[in-house]
Amino acid sequence: MTTADYDQASLPDLLPLYYRRLFPFSQYHRWLNYGGVTKNYFQNREFSFTLKDDIYVRYQSFSTQNELEKEMQKMNPYKIDIGAVYSHRPNQHNTVKSGSFQALEKELVFDIDMTDYDDVRSCCSGADICPKCWTLMTIAIRILDRALRDDFGFRHCLWVYSGRRGVHCWVCDEAARKLSVAARSAVAEYLSLVKGGDETVRKVVLSDPIHPFITESLTVVENYFSQYALLGQDILGSKEAVDKVLALLPEDILFLCKLLQYFQTEKNPEKRWDTIRSMAQDKRMTAKKGHYFEMEIMLQYCYPRLDVNVSKGVNHLLKSPFSVHPKTGRISVPIDLRELDRFDPFEVPTISLICEELDQPKTEEEQDDNMENENKKEAGERRKMRDYKRTSLAKYVKLFDNFLEEMAHSRKGEVLKNSDLQKDF
Amino acid sequence: MDYLGLIINIFVSVAKTGNDRHAFTSSSRAEIRTLCGNWRESRQIDRSKASSLGKLSEARYRTMQFYSRRKKLIGNSQTEQLYGHCLQFYGQPPIENISLSEFETFAVDRLKLLKTVENLGVSYVKTSELYTKKLDAEFSNLNFPYKIEASTKDDWKPQTGPSEYEKRRKDHISHFILRLAYCQTEDLRRWFIQQEIDLFRYRFNDLPSKNIGQFLQYNNLHYHTISIDEKKKLMDKLVTSSFAVSGSTVDGKDFYKVPFQDALDLVRTRKVYLNGGYVYIPHQDIVTIVLNDFRTRLSKALALTARSLPAVQSDERLQPLLNHLSHAYVGQDYSIQKSIGKISLEQIDPLSAKSYPLCMRQLHRGLRDSHHLRHGGRMQYGLFLKGIGLTLDQALQFWRSEFVKGKVDADKFDKAYAYSIRHMFGKEGKRTDYTPYSCMKVILSNPPSQGDQHGCPFRHSDPELLKQKLQSYKVSPSGISQILELVKGMHYQLACQKYFELTHSIEDSGFSLNHPNQYFMESQKLLGGPGAGVKVEVKREDNPATKPPNPSPHQTPGPGNLPQEVAAEITEDLDSFFQDA
Repeated sequence: MTTADYDQASLPDLLPLYYRRLFPFSQYHRWLNYGGVTKNYFQNREFSFTLKDDIYVRYQSFSTQNELEKEMQKMNPYKIDIGAVYSHRPNQHNTVKSGSFQALEKELVFDIDMTDYDDVRSCCSGADICPKCWTLMTIAIRILDRALRDDFGFRHCLWVYSGRRGVHCWVCDEAARKLSVAARSAVAEYLSLVKGGDETVRKVVLSDPIHPFITESLTVVENYFSQYALLGQDILGSKEAVDKVLALLPEDILFLCKLLQYFQTEKNPEKRWDTIRSMAQDKRMTAKKGHYFEMEIMLQYCYPRLDVNVSKGVNHLLKSPFSVHPKTGRISVPIDLRELDRFDPFEVPTISLICEELDQPKTEEEQDDNMENENKKEAGERRKMRDYKRTSLAKYVKLFDNFLEEMAHSRKGEVLKNSDLQKDF
Repeated sequence: MDYLGLIINIFVSVAKTGNDRHAFTSSSRAEIRTLCGNWRESRQIDRSKASSLGKLSEARYRTMQFYSRRKKLIGNSQTEQLYGHCLQFYGQPPIENISLSEFETFAVDRLKLLKTVENLGVSYVKTSELYTKKLDAEFSNLNFPYKIEASTKDDWKPQTGPSEYEKRRKDHISHFILRLAYCQTEDLRRWFIQQEIDLFRYRFNDLPSKNIGQFLQYNNLHYHTISIDEKKKLMDKLVTSSFAVSGSTVDGKDFYKVPFQDALDLVRTRKVYLNGGYVYIPHQDIVTIVLNDFRTRLSKALALTARSLPAVQSDERLQPLLNHLSHAYVGQDYSIQKSIGKISLEQIDPLSAKSYPLCMRQLHRGLRDSHHLRHGGRMQYGLFLKGIGLTLDQALQFWRSEFVKGKVDADKFDKAYAYSIRHMFGKEGKRTDYTPYSCMKVILSNPPSQGDQHGCPFRHSDPELLKQKLQSYKVSPSGISQILELVKGMHYQLACQKYFELTHSIEDSGFSLNHPNQYFMESQKLLGGPGAGVKVEVKREDNPATKPPNPSPHQTPGPGNLPQEVAAEITEDLDSFFQDA
C-alpha cells in the first residue's frame, strides 16, 4: 500500500470520510479551548476554509466542538487555516461596530519553507523536497526549538509538517499567545540571521561580539554540516558550487589565489573545508577585526530561514494541524522531536492511505481494547476512537495528546501556584 | 486604577478678609488677569457659588463627590508616601484641592521647564556640563525638585523658598495639569511625551545607584538585580552578548533581569543576553528600559485623558486656560513697540532679506510677486509688520500700493481690505489690539493649503522645496543639511534659529526663538538697525470700564502698583490668543 496512490481528484470522496471518521475533533477542540480558562476563547477563534473550486471563506467560528464537527462534515474543506482569537465571534464580525472587532490573541507561529533555500540547495528546487535537503528542516527545528525553549522560556512548541515542503511551529504558551505585534516581530528578528534577497550575495554578516545565540546555533549546524553540506550537497565539489562558496569569502586576492591553487590538487571536500576553516582562524589571529567567514558560510548554507511576516501578525492565518495538503494528500501531522533525525516526510500518511486503512479488518489488540471501552462510551464515539487508531494516523494523534497533556499539566501548576499566592485553600 | 482624568476640585482661594463677595484680593485678581489675559471680573467665581457647585453639571457634581469621598480615606500618611521619592513615575493623579492661581502657576512653570528642556536638548549635548548646569539652574529657578542630595538635606528644614515636599508636590500636580492640556492632538502628545521623557531621563541618570533600586521598587517595576553568584555563572554569556560589556563591567556593575517583553529593542537587535524569557541588562542600559516603560504608560494615559477631557473642559474656569496652555507662548508678545514709526516703507524690502524670519520673507515675497495675499497670510504678515513698528497709516499705504498693482483697484481696497487692516490695529469693531502671532501659533494653527503663503516654512513646506528655497537664499549646503535635520526631528523653531545663525554668520544666536518679531528684533540688534530699540510692554485691557481701580491705565511698563512676584509674571503673559478674531 503506497502513498503514491493519492490523486487530487479523489479528494471529494476522501474528505467526507476523513472528517467523519478520522479527524481528531476531540483533541482539536481540547487544544483550542485551552482548558476553558478564558471565556469564549474557542468561540471567538477564526477559522478559514478553502472549499472545492477554490472557494475561500473567512471568519468562520463555532460555539462548540459539535458545531465545528457538523460544519466541517458539511463543507468538507480542502484546506483549513487557523486565525486569531478575536474580541467577538468572527462569524458575527459584521454586526460589530467598526473598530471594535479586534484580533486579541494567537499562538506565536513560524513557517519554514524549503523554497527559501533554493539558492543554497543543489538537489531540488521549488516545491520539491528529497531526503537530502530535508536535513535543512531538521537543523531548523533543532535551532529554533532550542532558542524558543532556552532563550525565550517557551515550553509548549508544537512542530507540524506542513504537508509538502516545510514545517510550522505553533508556540502555545499563554505568554506567547498574548504577545503584541512588536514583540512577535522582535522575536522573529532575534531568530533571523540570513538576510537579503536575490541581489545579496553575502547573506550572513557576523561581527564582534558573537552573541551566545549564534554560538549555540553554530553548534547545531556543525553537527550536520559535514554530512549535509560537504557530502550531500557537495558544496565544495563542482567548480560551480565552489565558486558560490568563494563568493562569500573576503575579497583578498592573495588569499583567494592561494586557495584556488590549493584546490587544484586537493579534491576532497572535507579537506578543502578544513583548509578554509584554518585560514579563517589564522586571519582572526592577525587582523584587527574579527573574520568569521567560515561561520558565515555554514550559516548561509544551513541556518533556518523564516518568513518574519508570518510570525509578526496577530491575525495571520496559518494552515491547521491535521488538515490535508491538497497537492500531496499528506496530513499535516505533528513531528516527534525525540525522533527528529528519523522523521521522513515521505512516510507521512496521505489521506488516501488512511482511508484505505479504515477498511482493513481489526487486529487482535484492537479487539481487546474494544471490550474494555464498550461499556464506557457511546457507540458512535467508540467507533470514532477506534477508527483513527486503526490507521497510520494513530501515532500522530498520540503525539498531539501528549502535547495537550503537558499543557494541561502546566495549567494546573499555574492554578496551584496562583491559589497558593492568594492563600486560597 | 482607572485614570478617569484629573478632576481637581477647584475653589477660589479664600481672601483673608472672609466674606468679600469678590473673594480675590486685588493682587491675586490682577495676578490671574495678567496670567490669563482677557478674563473679566464676571468670570471669577466666588466662594459661595463654588461651594454650591451651581455652575457644574449634575454628572460632574457626582464625580467630584466620589473623589472627595475617596480623598477622606487618604490620610496624611498617604501624601507623605506619595512624595517619598524625588523622582516620580506619575502613576497616580493628585487628589486634592488647589486654588486656581496655584493651578495656573504650576502649569506655567512646568511648561517653562519643558520648553527649556527642549531648547537645551538640541543646543547642547545632553551629557555635557553646560546642559547640566543650565538645566539645574532652571530647576532651581522654577522650584522643581532635582538633586537628591539636596533633598535629603532640606527635607524637613526648608532653608529658603519651598520645601522639598512642596517641590515634589508641584512636580506631581503640574505634570497632570499639562496632561490635560497636551492630550488632544497627536502633535501635542508627541511633543509633551518627548519633553517629559528627556526630563525624566535627565533626572533618572542623576540618581545614585542605590536610589535607582529604591525607585524601581517604589514604582512596582519588577526589574531585579542578579546576585553576584549568578553574575559569576553567566560571566561568559554576559560578556559576549553586549558590546560594551567586559569582564570588569560584569564584576563592577549591577545587572538587571527584565522580562524580554519589556526590552524588545534589545532583543530584536540581539544586544543582550536572553535566557528563560529574561534579558540581562547592564546598569547603564536599564535607563532605556525604564524610559520605554515611562513612554508606554504616558502614551496610554494621554489617550485615556483625551477621552475624559470633555468632562473637565465643561468647566468654564479650566477650558480657556487649558486651551491657551497648549498654545502658550511663554514670553514677550511684541504687541506694542517703542520703535513705532521708526521703519520707513522703503526699508521693508532690504529688511525682508536681512532681518525677516523665513516665514515672513516668504510672505513678503509672495505679496510682491502676486500683489495679493490671502486672509491667513494677511493676518500673519500684517500683524508682524505692526510688531516691527509700522503705524496704521504706513500699513494702509503699504498694502494698498501692493494690492493696487494687482487686480484690486483703490476703491475696492478701501472698501474691502482697509477695514481689516484697521481691525488689526484695534481701530474697528470691538477694538481689541491684536498681537502678532508667536511661532507656536503659526506652527500649530491654521495650516496653509494650496495657494496659501502663510504658516511656518520649516513645518509646512515640503523639505525638497524648503531646500531649494534655502539654496536660492545662498545658505551653505552644510547649513541646509543641519536645518533639514532639525526639521526632520520636528524642531521647527530651532531650524529657524539655525537659519538666523547662518544668515547672520554667527555661531550662537544667543536667544531661544519663540516669535517672528523676536527674530526681527534680535536681527536688528545685531545689525544695529532701526527696528532694534524695543522695550516690551505690558498688555493692558483697552476697555477702561473693566479696568480695576488700582493700576493707572497708561501704557508704559513698570511694576507700578503690583506686588513683586506678580510684576515678574507680567512680563511673561500667558497667551496672545485672547485678542484674536
